[in-house]
Amino acid sequence: MAFYSKNPRNIINNLKSKVGLWSLMKQSHGTCSYSSCLNTIHLHRFLPLTTLPQFTNPDSISHKKGHFPHFQRFQSTTTEKQIDSVPNGEQSQVLDFPGGKVVFSPEMRFLSESPSVYSQCYRVLDDNGQLISHSNFVPVSEEVAVKMYSNMVTLQTLDTIFYEAQRQGRISFYVISIGEEAINIASAAALTSDDIVFPQYREPGVLLWRGFTLQEFANQCFGNKADYGKGRQMPIHYGSNKLNYFTVASTIATQIPHAVGAAYSLKIDKKDACAVTYFGDGGTSEGDFHAAMNFVAVTESPVIFICRNNGWAISTPTSDQFRSDGIAVRGQAYGVQSIRVDGNDALAMYSAVHSARHMAVNEHRPILIEAVTYRVGHHSTSDDSTKYRPANEIEWWRMARDPVTRFRKWIEINGWWGSEAESQLRSSIRSQLLHAIQIAERAEKPPVNDLFTDVYDNIPSNLREQEKLLKETINRHTKDYPADVPI
Amino acid sequence: MAATFHGVGATVAALSSSSSSSSSSSPSNSFGSKILLSSPSRSFSVRKRASFTMVRSEGSMNFDLNFKGRRAQQLIANAVATKADSSPASSSSKPGHELLLFEALREGLEEEMERDPRVCVMGEDVGHYGGSYKVTKGLATKFGDLRVLDTPIAENSFTGMGIGAAMTGLRPVVEGMNMGFLLLAFNQISNNCGMLHYTSGGQFTIPIVIRGPGGVGRQLGAEHSQRLESYFQSIPGIQMVACSTPYNAKGLMKAAIRSENPVILFEHVLLYNLKERIPDEDYICNLEEAEMVRPGEHVTILTYSRMRYHVMQAAKTLVNKGYDPEVIDIRSLKPFDLYTIGNSVKKTHRVLIVEECMRTGGIGASLIAAITENFNDYLDAPIMCLSSQDVPTPYAGTLEEWTVVQPAQIVAAVEQLCQ
Repeated sequence: MAFYSKNPRNIINNLKSKVGLWSLMKQSHGTCSYSSCLNTIHLHRFLPLTTLPQFTNPDSISHKKGHFPHFQRFQSTTTEKQIDSVPNGEQSQVLDFPGGKVVFSPEMRFLSESPSVYSQCYRVLDDNGQLISHSNFVPVSEEVAVKMYSNMVTLQTLDTIFYEAQRQGRISFYVISIGEEAINIASAAALTSDDIVFPQYREPGVLLWRGFTLQEFANQCFGNKADYGKGRQMPIHYGSNKLNYFTVASTIATQIPHAVGAAYSLKIDKKDACAVTYFGDGGTSEGDFHAAMNFVAVTESPVIFICRNNGWAISTPTSDQFRSDGIAVRGQAYGVQSIRVDGNDALAMYSAVHSARHMAVNEHRPILIEAVTYRVGHHSTSDDSTKYRPANEIEWWRMARDPVTRFRKWIEINGWWGSEAESQLRSSIRSQLLHAIQIAERAEKPPVNDLFTDVYDNIPSNLREQEKLLKETINRHTKDYPADVPI
Repeated sequence: MAATFHGVGATVAALSSSSSSSSSSSPSNSFGSKILLSSPSRSFSVRKRASFTMVRSEGSMNFDLNFKGRRAQQLIANAVATKADSSPASSSSKPGHELLLFEALREGLEEEMERDPRVCVMGEDVGHYGGSYKVTKGLATKFGDLRVLDTPIAENSFTGMGIGAAMTGLRPVVEGMNMGFLLLAFNQISNNCGMLHYTSGGQFTIPIVIRGPGGVGRQLGAEHSQRLESYFQSIPGIQMVACSTPYNAKGLMKAAIRSENPVILFEHVLLYNLKERIPDEDYICNLEEAEMVRPGEHVTILTYSRMRYHVMQAAKTLVNKGYDPEVIDIRSLKPFDLYTIGNSVKKTHRVLIVEECMRTGGIGASLIAAITENFNDYLDAPIMCLSSQDVPTPYAGTLEEWTVVQPAQIVAAVEQLCQ
């Protein structure tokens, strides 16, 4: 906390009597001048230490150059009343704890466990693809909208065909993102190619948008020689350093602190980019999520956290996962701005991510986006979700709440799409996919050598020895070794 | 990564820093360190550059004439080395400078941060507080808060943050306030740090250094006296080294930072105040190499970190009793320097391992397996391993002392081994 205020009177702590000591109001704009300080409410913990002379830390001032004071200022709708009710000179009611001033109250009041009103969900298109009146959103050109739609269709088709391929035994495993196409594509469309993506595993659409080809998807799923991962990971664990999409790891939520680290790196390098990380509702229970949120607020790094709240973590519904009002409210607990968005509304997603990116990069602040949606498919091909949820519920979300159809209606209303284009697109994608699968299936598998490379930058002697042993074993028992795998 | 040592011992030229001979009187922590030029066939994990010299350190308690003879052959690409050239083994002009181990670590870290702007430090209390063991003192003021980052208390997350930063191009040095706390970071270290280079098909490298003090201290309690090297040794994809002197502390720190692989550098709580004279010029220590502390003929004693000093103390007694132990500080815990160890075993035919790890699943246990597998024919006696018992370290001083291997036990073990 590095700004120096000569006049402590500018910093006023107020009680919001309705909900007790700790109220945070939604911030209306990023910064405000000192003259408007009187109109703002400061939470005690956001007071810079340097205003309290006995706690001045000279070291902390020197390095912060040219930045705005690094704490949130909040505007309350009931400001006037509050300031009037707390007399200025009442110093006996205020105590200087480390971290700021605290105003006492003789009235014992517990904070409620949930806000009186559940956080609202931002939505722009209704269920029929019509623009809701008085909605504000970031406009999308025809070109971008059509590209978004085509990608959503491609993602849907990709998922369907690969799922079938797994059921036919051609690939070992697959995870579908049906129902979450809008989150995938719209968020990717709102980012730039310099933004670094740390996915969980249900976001192949981001890769697709950035230019990962259908063949490349197929190669990874079949684990052949052309796979960038060299056949070392399960299907759907895509990764591409040139597209700034970090390789999927099966571990839940470990990518969230990675994103914070990457943003920290971008900050040191002063790049015009941010880090983006995706995770599900279940992932927010992991310790890594909480600590990363805390870190990112403290380090003021440009990260966009996109939570796909799809209602299910394998078989665990969100009611068993947490008791908070979803994910967006948690942002406040860590000092991070957040928003809840209708995840099946591609336009709303696009607008939210677009604005979030702007804030993150220009103001060096993190943003948490909770995209509310539904996991239409099973958790993975190893799961049968009809065991724990009703089939008609799944069906309803698949048909009535399909994000792809909804967006299609909107672009058709605008005259940018038609049924002919639709059928052309779908059949073209389908045949391209089938072709890609055929090629990937027939391609050679990675050689046994690749078992030992990349563990370290160069192969150490113990691994060379083990490689030699393995080759000797293979040579001794050639009949037991698959003929189509090179050595 | 491990060196293919083709006849290195014979062809390597040696330069002695005259400090080694002058300070040979203070036995505990000054060992003659020689700066050598590596032959090209050696370890390829360290990139060859003219600006720094590769170091293979060979501490020697016995300085003989051969020592001076070898000096004449030395070839150093680094011009700075000529300073030490001027006075052969003279005690009057002492090149190098004296410092404590934690200062050596800091010096190494500081030099690397100056040399490469991508190097950064993150950990608890490393910034303005200067680190719990003062290893990062002054760095925050010099390099700024952004490069020396104070983190909240969440080891798994700041290790994860370090991994993310490393994959994006920085070279972070993550400090665990005590190695034991890194148990909380095990998920990130094992699943991501060790694996992501592999599973991404080589697309993302993780040049991270994870360091911190571990080992049994003076009544720090069970939770703060852990030997994490035994838990981490199985993780594929990481390298582990343990420093024991100011010289190798600085050298290993620098080598670890320059390495493209994730490296875990184990320091010891009780060794931070060791004093030694180290060279002024730039040097690094090879990450995969063991250090010959005392050449000998009768028995090979393998040890690392703090136990090195217990072994050297026992060595004094053993020498008085007429034994000639060869003491090797293995330094590289993953992978083991089986070349140096093997040569020693072939010479002495008897091995004693002295470690601080627990008996079950410790570094010693792995080392026994590796030696038996590779050099069984050269052994005249079964390998002996002195380790701590499989108990949490008690707080009471007397009890704690008895969980750590003492010099008397080492002497007794050698006597038994050499019967």
